[in-house]
Amino acid sequence: MSTPAKPAVAPAVPTQRDIDWAPLLLVPALMLLALPLVGAPSTWVTLTVAGLAMGMIVFVIASGLTLVFGLMDVLHFGHGVFIALGAFVATSVFAAMGGLAGADALLPNLVAVFAAMAAAMAAATIVGLVFERLLVRPVYGLHLKQILITMGGMIIGEELIKTVWGAQQIPFELPPTLRGAFTFGDAMIEKYRVLAIVIGLIVFALLAWTLNRTKIGLLVRAGVENGEMVEALGYRIRRLFVAVFAAGSALAGLGGVLWGLYQQNVVPQMGAQVNVLIFIVIIIGGLGSTAGALIGALLVGLMANYAGYLAPKVALFSNIALMVAVLLWRPSGVFPVANR
Amino acid sequence: MSNAANAPRLTLSGVHTHIGAYHILHGVDLAVPRGQLTLLLGRNGAGKTTTLRTIMGLWKASSGNITFDGRDLNALPTPQRARLGIAYVPESMGIFADLTVKENLMLAAHAARHAGELDAARLEWIFAKFPAVKTFWNYPAGKLSGGQKQMVSVARALVEPRELLIVDEPSKGLAPAIIDNLIDTFCELKAQGVTILLVEQNLEFARRLGDTVAVMDDGRVVHAGAMAAFVEDDALQQELMGLAL
Repeated sequence: MSTPAKPAVAPAVPTQRDIDWAPLLLVPALMLLALPLVGAPSTWVTLTVAGLAMGMIVFVIASGLTLVFGLMDVLHFGHGVFIALGAFVATSVFAAMGGLAGADALLPNLVAVFAAMAAAMAAATIVGLVFERLLVRPVYGLHLKQILITMGGMIIGEELIKTVWGAQQIPFELPPTLRGAFTFGDAMIEKYRVLAIVIGLIVFALLAWTLNRTKIGLLVRAGVENGEMVEALGYRIRRLFVAVFAAGSALAGLGGVLWGLYQQNVVPQMGAQVNVLIFIVIIIGGLGSTAGALIGALLVGLMANYAGYLAPKVALFSNIALMVAVLLWRPSGVFPVANR
Repeated sequence: MSNAANAPRLTLSGVHTHIGAYHILHGVDLAVPRGQLTLLLGRNGAGKTTTLRTIMGLWKASSGNITFDGRDLNALPTPQRARLGIAYVPESMGIFADLTVKENLMLAAHAARHAGELDAARLEWIFAKFPAVKTFWNYPAGKLSGGQKQMVSVARALVEPRELLIVDEPSKGLAPAIIDNLIDTFCELKAQGVTILLVEQNLEFARRLGDTVAVMDDGRVVHAGAMAAFVEDDALQQELMGLAL
């Protein structure tokens, strides 16, 4: 097919290259703002890398949920159960692969970590499909019931996790080669945090490629905007939603492994604990926006680390304050999805 | 000509539609002849848009029958109706604002996985009819003007051949030159054998295009017949619509 010629005159509308820079600048702005407050550059580097790593983990978890919200208007408050499930499955994989996970070499350690991630994602996908079929499908379009039933589902899920793995906290230690830190001058950058950032970037790149370069991605983006029109074009939006729900659950499972290794322990309630952060992230980002979720997650991660260092007593409040500030600036989030 | 060829492409018999507690369609009977352009006229609130949405399955008919090429549509969900060859252009245009014009058209092309697989000849035909589609091919559709969006919306419905085209007020907000293009396009589609069902408030547009007409009032079709006869009958127009074409 011939490529359409470029217009002879400058068009009167912005092009795709007209990127909304303001939200993207928030992340470096927050970093720069923190620098004089933190004082020591080495401490600032350590806190910044920690914040970016935490942000990337939260992004991995939140990216699927924002599409679930955006695509079908489903208020899914049970996302946390997939985080916990992923983390617990990973502890079992680590236990089964003790030789690799405990070896003093990078390759076996990475094999153990990636096997745990794959198992966690598979388990979360399967449970996610069951969760969608049994709990979410009967309450499409009924927001109050969605909140109640998905929260109920999370509570049941937590109890089932306790039944299988016990109610106690389980240590989830990093493999030997991922412990410790790289040192640059006085700055300490934990090795695991670098790995978390890399995995987060890979997930973002894959999501961006899928959403922008594949037809199924186009359908998801279109469905987030106007599901009815997608159906009128001949596509079954509910099938798409089931696929997105399963993918979102898998990402939550992956995020659970990352979060468990970040905390170095897992508890059945960990999903509920992270849930608050995830909701802050997707509200800051704009419901249905994966790019917004990334910005929101990085802001939340950085704010949690800076506030935890500078003013520990207000650390819990800091992310709520961040969300309020962003919503006062952009009431629909930093990257609002059109038509929503 | 065989009976099948003479049979209406689309038939509605006694169709009732409720939206929540409201009873909107009160037994719509409508036959859309094959290969012709049927205009659905009527005052605001007469039930025209509801009729189109009910045909597409976007609102469920509470009773009555809808058949397309003899096939019962009632049991089919919206996507399956579309896959039978029915294209729908809603009054709101249904443009995906965050997607480019190209991506909007891509979604309507069931056979194409990427833009390179779009039918090049058909695309050139669309570009000739709606130059703005070509000009703004790689631009976010949400940034276009209302008229440009309308062109994209119609172009999207035409990106692959369809049996039936259902369009809700296509001329709304369009410049006269674009309306002429639209009329030419619908005439060409008719010549290709496409059946068209159009809701239109622009009476000049309606007069130039329609083969058959159905006038709705209070959720019913109160008149159906040839457009030419309707145009000649000022008294009937006054009675049904309160004005003359």
